[in-house]
Amino acid sequence: MSNHKQIVVAGIHPLTPVQRTVSIPSTLDFVGRMTNQFFEWFGELGIFFWKVLRSGLTPPYEWRELVRQLDEVGSMSLPLVAAAGAAIGVVISMEARYSLSRFGAKSMFPTTLVYSVIQVMGPIMTGLIVSGRVGAGIGAELASMKVTEQIDAVEASAINPYRLLAATRILACILMLPLLTLAADACGLLMGWFAQAMVEPLSFHQFIESGFKGAKLNDFLPPTFKTAVYGLIIGLIACFQGMRTRGGAEGVGRAATNSVVLASLFVILADVVLVKFILVVFP
Amino acid sequence: MSTAYDIAMKHTEPEKDTCAPFVAVEDLRKAFGSNKVLDGINLHVARGETLAVLGRSGTGKSVLLRLIIGLETPDSGSIRIHDQDISGLAMDRMGEIRKKMGFLFQHAALYDSLTVAENVAFPLVHHRRDMSRSERGDRVMQLLAEMGMESDVDKMPSDISGGMQKRVGLARALALEPEILLLDEPTAGLDPISSGEIDDLILKLQHERKMASIVVTHDLHSAKTIANRLALLDQGKVVIEGNFEALQQSGIAFVKEFLDQS
Repeated sequence: MSNHKQIVVAGIHPLTPVQRTVSIPSTLDFVGRMTNQFFEWFGELGIFFWKVLRSGLTPPYEWRELVRQLDEVGSMSLPLVAAAGAAIGVVISMEARYSLSRFGAKSMFPTTLVYSVIQVMGPIMTGLIVSGRVGAGIGAELASMKVTEQIDAVEASAINPYRLLAATRILACILMLPLLTLAADACGLLMGWFAQAMVEPLSFHQFIESGFKGAKLNDFLPPTFKTAVYGLIIGLIACFQGMRTRGGAEGVGRAATNSVVLASLFVILADVVLVKFILVVFP
Repeated sequence: MSTAYDIAMKHTEPEKDTCAPFVAVEDLRKAFGSNKVLDGINLHVARGETLAVLGRSGTGKSVLLRLIIGLETPDSGSIRIHDQDISGLAMDRMGEIRKKMGFLFQHAALYDSLTVAENVAFPLVHHRRDMSRSERGDRVMQLLAEMGMESDVDKMPSDISGGMQKRVGLARALALEPEILLLDEPTAGLDPISSGEIDDLILKLQHERKMASIVVTHDLHSAKTIANRLALLDQGKVVIEGNFEALQQSGIAFVKEFLDQS
């Protein structure tokens, strides 16, 4: 039995009534189609990841392209990430000072700032900023190459596009995210201290000593290096969306938008899982 | 207007000792969904021979080239290059076959972030790692000089005309000294003078390099100029194959209509 309701649309001319039937897909159809597309997307993403992994792990390695991508992902994102890190540091500093003063815990300020920036805000903020800048860039670049047959030209030149275009970009994202996070953390701490020092005298040495008192490497390394997983997510989704694009300029725009939206969403979801994972594995 | 090169080369036949099919397509079928694009195509090209594949837009001419170079996978049938069946080969093994092929895309498909010289050097950088930088530079200059593009080496693809882009695309296709040249609409979108220049270049290359070439086009004048044989496609099948005279003498209604309209 059909899941489509049928309605009749009557023509407006009174003497020649034209009747057309218009199919309206039922909710069941719609949900079914969306579910199908959802699993199809994950299936295709899995196949894409496998192809990239297999190509990337076998020689010849594309060192020149990797270096170019490290520069593109790392150096080019550094100013933005550093500025955002500094802003986050100032905001946390102002908020923490106010809240801690209310509860008489002002002495906890350095520790609060250090843990907030390094464990929470630095990694997720870097992930989201790189999702926006690099995700959109990779998605649009590869999509543009796809619709102008440049990716086909790479393949026709007997060069594996998964190795040259995808593996290098994904690896660059994996390697650069932790470094960018460190830069964001450093700027956040520096500007957080500066914002505090403007209000109350506090030497940087005192701030650092008090902030990191009793801290272990396990408190800071896992939150920083979990961003390598964000890098994998951003690079993989952006390359996948770019290299499967169809449909000219509209397709390029769609690929860039989808890269940013999906990469940001999956970075946030991954953060939830990784925070729990880190708490369990590095108690 | 035909050049002296046209007249000299027009009736060049493939060498007698190389007449065995170098590229052979047998019963090739490809469909996209319910749309049968190629429905049992049989074609062959010898070394030193140029086959022009003609037909209306959307008859699967470009798909045929994409199947030969492995950018699409056939549903059935075989593609043999020098007696080796390449249909369904894995990407790495197909890569070795592709090194023997040069492909000129319809819109040239130059890498827009690279200069003209870097575009031509691209296959050499990846496949001729034994070449020094200066040797590679010399080779690129030689190829661009052949195409009459030696003064535009540092320009970006967006700064040159469509005809010039095709020349650069052709130089890139020839970089690895291919044995098979696949040309997808080499004169499409060009003015008659630029088209003639591209035709001259293709003829010159054929004469000097003796490659097996397949040219997809709907430009009958160009096909007549550069090809030894022509094949006309309609509804996924080869309607007629032969030289231009054979097409002219054919009693098939579609062939007559195609020739009259071209």
